[in-house]
Amino acid sequence: MTRRLFLLFAALLLSAAPVTAQERFVTVASTTSTENSGLFKHLLPIFEKKTGIRVRVVAVGTGQAIRLAERGDVDVLFVHHKPSEEKFVAAGFGVKRLDVMHNDFVLVGPKSDPARIAGGKDAAAAFAKIAAAKAPFASRGDDSGTHKAELAIWKKAGVDVKKVPGDWYRATGSGMGATLNTAAGMGAYALADRGSWLAFKNKGDMGIVLQGDPALFNPYGVILVNPARRPAVKAAEAQAFVDWIVSAEGQKAIASFTVEGEQLFFPNASARPQS
Amino acid sequence: MDGAGTALTDAFGLIARFDGDLVEIVALSLKVSLTAVGLAALIGMPLGAALALFRFPGRHSLVVLVNAFMGLPPVVVGLVVYLLLSRAGPLGTFGLLFTPTAMIVAQTILILPIIAALTRQTIADLWREYEEQLRSLGAGPGRAVFTLLWDGRFSLTTAVLAGFGRASAEVGAVMIVGGNIDHATRVMTTAIALEVSKGDLALALALGLLLILLSTAINGAAYLIREIAARRHG
Amino acid sequence: MTLADATILPLALKDVSFAAGGKRLIKDATCVFTPGLCTAVIGPNGAGKSLLLRLCHGLIRPSGGEVVWEGAAGRDPRPHQAMVFQRPVMLRRSATANIEYALSLRGVAPRLRREIAQDALDRTGLKRFARHPARVLSGGEQQRLALARAWALKPQVLFLDEPTASLDPAATHSVEEIVAAFRAAGTRVILTTHDLGQARRLADEVVFMHRGRILEKAPARNFFAGPENDLAQAFLKGELLWWRLGRDNRRPPKHQRTEDRP
Repeated sequence: MTRRLFLLFAALLLSAAPVTAQERFVTVASTTSTENSGLFKHLLPIFEKKTGIRVRVVAVGTGQAIRLAERGDVDVLFVHHKPSEEKFVAAGFGVKRLDVMHNDFVLVGPKSDPARIAGGKDAAAAFAKIAAAKAPFASRGDDSGTHKAELAIWKKAGVDVKKVPGDWYRATGSGMGATLNTAAGMGAYALADRGSWLAFKNKGDMGIVLQGDPALFNPYGVILVNPARRPAVKAAEAQAFVDWIVSAEGQKAIASFTVEGEQLFFPNASARPQS
Repeated sequence: MDGAGTALTDAFGLIARFDGDLVEIVALSLKVSLTAVGLAALIGMPLGAALALFRFPGRHSLVVLVNAFMGLPPVVVGLVVYLLLSRAGPLGTFGLLFTPTAMIVAQTILILPIIAALTRQTIADLWREYEEQLRSLGAGPGRAVFTLLWDGRFSLTTAVLAGFGRASAEVGAVMIVGGNIDHATRVMTTAIALEVSKGDLALALALGLLLILLSTAINGAAYLIREIAARRHG
Repeated sequence: MTLADATILPLALKDVSFAAGGKRLIKDATCVFTPGLCTAVIGPNGAGKSLLLRLCHGLIRPSGGEVVWEGAAGRDPRPHQAMVFQRPVMLRRSATANIEYALSLRGVAPRLRREIAQDALDRTGLKRFARHPARVLSGGEQQRLALARAWALKPQVLFLDEPTASLDPAATHSVEEIVAAFRAAGTRVILTTHDLGQARRLADEVVFMHRGRILEKAPARNFFAGPENDLAQAFLKGELLWWRLGRDNRRPPKHQRTEDRP
């Protein structure tokens, strides 16, 4: 009986061996908000069917995604914070940044709207009102693309969130869903990407209080991790993915992704490659 | 708590449908944690027994260290293993990051101290009872290691189950070294974390209940085996 | 290992002392154990009888003096000895497996182990428990199993530390029968006991200890007729000795005066 158990163990161990060379795959670092929107579940099967290359998405915060790409643990970087992406390429970690798509952020908050924002069109002004009213605000606080966009708006509104007195500004240090949960739980405002908001299942009595300000525009870029810098990068498979996602077919696939009838991402790859 | 009510029905629904994704996730969870427990037992039990039986300089400090490491934070273990296995790290050439193997490595490291520490205590207690007779018969500490490990097998299964509990319940380590990749390294705990972050609390709770059910089933089976064997061997 | 192997006896203790925790528990123990006899070591609680046994068997090292197996001549004396303790220590396996385990430690071939174990169980009347888990046997049966295990090893010297202190009279009787069988087979038996009746029944020779010292060593017949040492006399009469130092505690005991100092 002990012998049989031992053999079972040995079998388990062997089956846990790393993926064999037969399956081609590429690893992409992206963000939790993109993953949570459901885009990849829609997009990747189309690519995989066409090329036979499996795409494995590691979804983490933007800061961590860039870290993974710098260390060569992934083959492609697909995030939404242009300044960090350009710095990444400039430092030689990435080959080239290509536009892929954009979505937008929305400001959500309790229907009771304590800061009286509803109806406005200016994000920075809305933020200023929230600060003045000391209305609760849940921030991701995790160095993600969403967080960086949020900080940019605070800056525009002239509010230094590091120095605010009182604890109406709550940095959760976690992903979009967790932050929205927290916001729903304490009736706070939050900045979220539209995709995550639509997919969020715990809305409670929260709704969109402001949208459409160009400052809430959220562009995505795709970058091939530089094989010259990180030789282990699967350059061929990664290039295939990058080429496809900016191609007409890939762009069409992005546009066809809807949640509750609404299109979430708007393809904007240009015909000419940019830096 | 109406979330809980939906969660229960959702849980049974998932199980009854044998949802393909779910089966894949459960199978991977079991594979990773059971393999980790097996490896940790293989290394940790002789280690714990040796700590109990042999005297050497620095022994007491080592015992304190092993006991302290029972409380290693999973996320810290995950981080350290990530730094080791990362392409930019010392063991990067093996390309083990974001694979089940990396997850097994991390969990083995995590539960090794638990199994070693509990084994050490069990064997030390047994040695107190057996030492004179075993030495009289000619079995020194070296030979006694395996004799005592076998004799203490019923108490030691509890140590193994404690290790399994820790491994199957943790999320910090497997999240970092596995990446929670769909159809590749997603296990029950990381799936729960994902659903929570999406705001799908009912599904998260359902998965959580399923995890508890599985753990209960495994513990129940272990208990049964132990009872039957104890009756046979006294 | 058979009794036909060259004997490791006589066993000589030369000025053996043992201290622990700053206290001297055995002081200046000197005596010789010759082949073919059964010796009972008796004395009040705390006299050091169990310690003396463990020093002889080699489980503890003396702090001073020597324990010498004069017949061993460089060979390891341990495999030729066996010890049975007051509480039998059995592994979580069957009775037979316990004996086979001891045989495996002595390097006996696997084929022979089963045979020898069966024989030992027969001798001690435990044949029907061969496949039973050893730990479900009663106290008396487990002690007989411990003796069966010792029997299988065919020791030249058998040490027993209060072997029947935890047993009822019937079990005590069975154990004593087996000890007598060892004696009859030529094994050198050294046992400690509280039971003076047991000492009378089994011993050829008596060693009397008090507060870590060997006060008298004499043939059993002589000792029980009337010991020389005053404390021994009081002990036989059933008096408590812990507060008495004895009349003449500076002269070496008689057995050390008449026998040659080794």
